[in-house]
Amino acid sequence: MLREWTDVSQTKQVKQLDRVIIRFAGDSGDGMQLTGDRFTQGSAVFGNDLVTLPNFPAEIRAPQGTIPGVSSFQIHFADHDILTAGDRPDVLVAMNPAALKANLGDLPKGATIIVDTADFTKRNLDKAGYESNPLDKLGEVDDILSGFQVQPVDLTGITVEAVKEFGLSRKDASRAKNMFALGLLSWMYGRPTEPTIAFLEKKFAKVPAILGANIAAFKAGWNYGETTETFVVQYEVKPAKMRPGTYRNITGNLALAYGLVAAGVRADLPVFLGSYPITPASDILHELARHKSFGVTTFQAEDEIAGIGAAVGAAFAGQLAVTTTSGPGIALKGEAIGLAVMTELPLVVVNVQRGGPSTGLPTKTEQSDLLQAMYGRNGEAPVPIVAAQSPGDCFAAAVEAARIAITYRTPVFLLTDGYLANGSEPWAIPDVADLPDIDPDFATGPNHVSAKSQNDGDGAPDEYWPYLRDPETLARPWAIPGTPGLEHRIGGLEKGDGHGNISYDPANHDKMVRIRAEKVQRIADGLDPLRVDDPSGPPGDGAKVLVIGWGSTYGPIGAACRRVRRAGYDVAQVHLRHINPFPKDLGDILSRYDKVLVPEMNLGQLSRLLRAEYLVDAQGYNHVYGLPLKAAELAEAIGRLIGDAEGREVELGEHGLNLPADHENTEEA
Amino acid sequence: MTAIDLPMPQLGTALVPTLPEGEKQTAKDFSSDQEVRWCPGCGDYAVLKAVQSFLPDLGLKRENIVFISGIGCSSRFPYYLDTYGMHSIHGRAPSIATGLATAREDLSVWVVTGDGDALSIGGNHLIHALRRNVNMTILLFNNRIYGLTKGQYSPTSEVGKVTKTTPLGSIDAPFNPVSLALGAEATFVARTIDSDRKHLTAVLAAAAAHRGTSLVEIYQNCPIFNDGAFDAIKGMGDYDRATAEHAVIPLVHGQPITFGSRDEATGQGDKALVRGANGSIEIVDTAAVAADAILVHDAANPDPSTAFAISRLTDAGYLNRSPIGIFRQVDRPTYDDQARAQVAVSKEKVSGTNEERLTALINAGDTWTID
Repeated sequence: MLREWTDVSQTKQVKQLDRVIIRFAGDSGDGMQLTGDRFTQGSAVFGNDLVTLPNFPAEIRAPQGTIPGVSSFQIHFADHDILTAGDRPDVLVAMNPAALKANLGDLPKGATIIVDTADFTKRNLDKAGYESNPLDKLGEVDDILSGFQVQPVDLTGITVEAVKEFGLSRKDASRAKNMFALGLLSWMYGRPTEPTIAFLEKKFAKVPAILGANIAAFKAGWNYGETTETFVVQYEVKPAKMRPGTYRNITGNLALAYGLVAAGVRADLPVFLGSYPITPASDILHELARHKSFGVTTFQAEDEIAGIGAAVGAAFAGQLAVTTTSGPGIALKGEAIGLAVMTELPLVVVNVQRGGPSTGLPTKTEQSDLLQAMYGRNGEAPVPIVAAQSPGDCFAAAVEAARIAITYRTPVFLLTDGYLANGSEPWAIPDVADLPDIDPDFATGPNHVSAKSQNDGDGAPDEYWPYLRDPETLARPWAIPGTPGLEHRIGGLEKGDGHGNISYDPANHDKMVRIRAEKVQRIADGLDPLRVDDPSGPPGDGAKVLVIGWGSTYGPIGAACRRVRRAGYDVAQVHLRHINPFPKDLGDILSRYDKVLVPEMNLGQLSRLLRAEYLVDAQGYNHVYGLPLKAAELAEAIGRLIGDAEGREVELGEHGLNLPADHENTEEA
Repeated sequence: MTAIDLPMPQLGTALVPTLPEGEKQTAKDFSSDQEVRWCPGCGDYAVLKAVQSFLPDLGLKRENIVFISGIGCSSRFPYYLDTYGMHSIHGRAPSIATGLATAREDLSVWVVTGDGDALSIGGNHLIHALRRNVNMTILLFNNRIYGLTKGQYSPTSEVGKVTKTTPLGSIDAPFNPVSLALGAEATFVARTIDSDRKHLTAVLAAAAAHRGTSLVEIYQNCPIFNDGAFDAIKGMGDYDRATAEHAVIPLVHGQPITFGSRDEATGQGDKALVRGANGSIEIVDTAAVAADAILVHDAANPDPSTAFAISRLTDAGYLNRSPIGIFRQVDRPTYDDQARAQVAVSKEKVSGTNEERLTALINAGDTWTID
C-alpha cells in the first residue's frame, strides 16, 4: 500500500462534521446504486450510523440521458444515532445534465454539487431540457446554480486517462467513472478504502482488465481529491456512539429473508416459500432460494395465486409456509388468504408495499395497502397484521409474524414497503438464542371423547376433532398428514364448531365468525405494553400531542419529534408493530393526549382504524409522493398541532423548514 | 443447471409408507362418516365407489393419502373419504397439491377436479402442474357442464349447446382435455368412463403407479343438467351396444388400434387407425389395409405427436366417438423429487447445527463491533 492510502488526508485541512447527506445521481446505466452501496459499506465499517434511500426508475434502462432514466442513491451518515435518509442532500454528485436537473430542487442553498462535465454535451443538455449549459453561466446573472458550491470535474476524461494502461475501449474505460466518483467522495469524507478494493477484487476476479480499471479509477478519484487544489477541505464524520454489539449494514428485504430462515430454525420447521416475482419483493425470493441448506424450499409459481396455493399446501403438510409479494399480488391472493383463515392454517403473507393503485409506481414506496390487509377479503376474514419499522427491523418483524401464525394457526400479514425493502441501516445482529421460541405443537393423538368411549369405553379421547380449540388462545390443533388416526378434512366451507364437519347451521356460523374474530383479538394478550417515547413525563403529564405511526414512517416521525423537542417543545411518539389486533393499552394511551397526529404515506388508513376503534379525533398527515416523509416538513405539522393544543405560537426555526442562511456551517460539530 | 445425480424413485407411491405385512384395508376403511350428497344417479357415486374400492389395493397407510379438491360437485369428494383432505377454492387444487407434494415425499397426493374447475378458472394451474410433472394424480371429472351453479355451459361443452347462459347456443370452441394435457407435455394422460368400473380401476392403478403428474379424464354423466352426454359411447338411452363399439376407440399399449364390430376370430374391430397424411391419424376399414399398416399403440413414445393425433379423433360436438385408455405414459424427472434433492444435497454440504449456521449467516459480510 502506498503512503497516500491512509484514509485521513496528509495535505489538506480536515474539518469535523456531525452528519452528511450525499446523493449520487446518474443515468440508470451509470452504476449509481453500486456506487452508493459501496460508499454505504465503507461508512458502515467505519462505524457511522447511517440510513440509505435508493431511488430508481421502474424501467431497467430508460432512454439514456433523460430525466425518467435518472437513478439515485442517497446516504445519510452521522456520528450519532439518526433515523432517516435525510430530507435534503448536502452533496449532489450529478453524472449528467438530467441527474442535475432532476435533483437540483431538493438541494438546500450552500450545498455542494459535483458534476461530470464530460456529459454536459449539447445532446445531453437537450435531453434534459436545458436550453444552455448551466456550467457555462457560473457566476453570471442567469446562473441557476448560484448559491451552490459547484465543482465541475471531467470525471469521464480523467477516468479514461487513468485506466489507459488496461487497453479498454473508450466506452468500457468510461464505465469506470462511477468508481472515480466513489474514490473522490471516499477521500472527501475519509472513508476506508479497503472494503471497496476487496469488493472489486471479488466482483471482477475473472476479468483482470476490468478489475484493474475499476481499482485504478477508484484510486485516481481518491488522489484527485488529495492532490488537486479543487478540493481544499477533507471532512471527517466520526464513528457514532452506538449501543454495544456487532453490527452489519442490511437492507429490509435481506433482513426479512433472514428473519424467515431464523423463524424456521426456531420452530424447527422447514420453510416453504411459494412466490411469483414482483417488484419490490423479488429479492426475498432470490435470497431464500440460496438457503436450501436450512431446509428452505422456494417455489417460483406460475402466478400469484399458485404461489399462495402452494404455500397453503405446504402449511397443511406441516411446514412454515410463506408467500411474498407486493400490493397487486395481494389483490390476487385474497381468496386463498380467506381459505387459510377458514382452514386456520399458519401462513405468513408478506406485502412489500409500493405505490398503487393497479400497477402504480412499482419502484416507489407507499403505505396504502393497510386497509387491503385489514379488509381485502370476502366475508368476516380477520387477519393479524405485523409491520416492520426500519430495514433491520424486518428481521424481528418476520420472526414475530411467524410466531403469531404458528401459535394461533392463522395467516398473518407482514407489511413492509419499497423504502424498507431497498433502504439500509446498521443492524445490531441479534443472538440467535435470544430469539423467541416457536412451538408448532403438532397434534399427535385423539383430542375428543366420543359418545361410544364415554358410555361403553374407558372415557379416553378416541376421536380427532380438528376444530376443538385451545381454551386460552382459541387456536385449533394442527394435525399433519402422516399422523395415524387423525385423518380429517378441512376446506373453505363453514365448519361445525369442534368437529369441523361442514355446517350450514345459522347459529353455528354466527358462533364461528365470532370465534375467528376473537382468536385474532386474543393475540393482544401476549403482547408487551407499548413503548411511549415521551421525555416530558408519563403519558398525559407533559406533552399534549401524540404522534402515532406504523411501518417505515418510524424514521421520519422520530426525526421530526427530535426536531420539535430540540426547538423546545413537548411531543410524544408511539409506533405500532401490531395493527391487528391493536395492543391492549393503545386506547388508554390515546386518551391521555389532547391531539393525535397520524403521519402516513397514504390518504389516512391507520387514522381511519384508530378513529373507528377508539372514537379518537386522530388527524392525518398524508403524503403519497412515492418517497419517505420529510422530517422537517412533518416537524412543522407537529408544531402547528402543538400550537393548537397549547394555545400559543410555535416557531421551530432552524429545526423546521427555516434553514439558517449558511447551511453548511451549522452542520459542523 | 447443476445436475444432481440422485436415483429418482420410479413408482408414484415409492416413498409412501405401506401397511405392515399381512394387514389389509377395505373400502369401508376409506369411507368417512359423512353422508354423500350428490344428486341421485350422478356419475360421481360410481367414481367414489371405484376409488374407495381401489385405494386398499395400494396397500398404503391411510394417513399418508391426501385428497385435494377445488370447487364443483365432484370437489366434495374428499369429505367422503376417510383420508386427509382439503376442499379448497375454485381452480386452485393443483397449486395446493403442488405445495403439499413438494413438501412431503411420504404422501400419496390426489387432486379431484372438474371440467369447469380444472379447465376454466384453474386452467393455468393445471397446465403448469403437468409441465412441472409434480408427483400427483389428477382425476378430472368431465361432465361437459357446470353442475353446482346449475347448468351453464362449460369449457368442454359442445358448440351450439343451449344452456341458461347460452339461450341461442354456445359459441365457445371447447377444449379437449387430453389434447390440452398432451400439449402441456404431461407424462401420464388417460381417459376413462364413470360407468366402466373395470377400466376406471385399471386406469387408476396405472395413474397411481406413475411417478409424476397423472391426468385422468373421467367422462361423468350429470343426470340433471347434461343427461345422456355420453350415451353414445356407453350404448345407453337412444343408443345400443353396437353404437358404443363404434364410438369407443380402445387404446391398449402394444396392441393394434381397432374398434367397431368385433371379429370373433381375431378379436379385431372392423375399423382401424392408420397413419394418414401430414401426421394425422385416419380411420379405415380393417379389411382394406395390411395388418402391419394398423397403428400399434405406443403410450411410452417419448414424442407425444402420435398420442396428440389420436386425441384429435374425439368428437368436439356430441360425443359419437372417443379414444379411451392411456394415451401417454413416459418417465421424466418430477419437480418435487428434484426440489427435495436440491435441498438434500445442499444440506449434506454443510455441517453444524441450524442455530450455529444461522448465527454464521447473519454475522456474515462486513461487520463491526462496538464494545
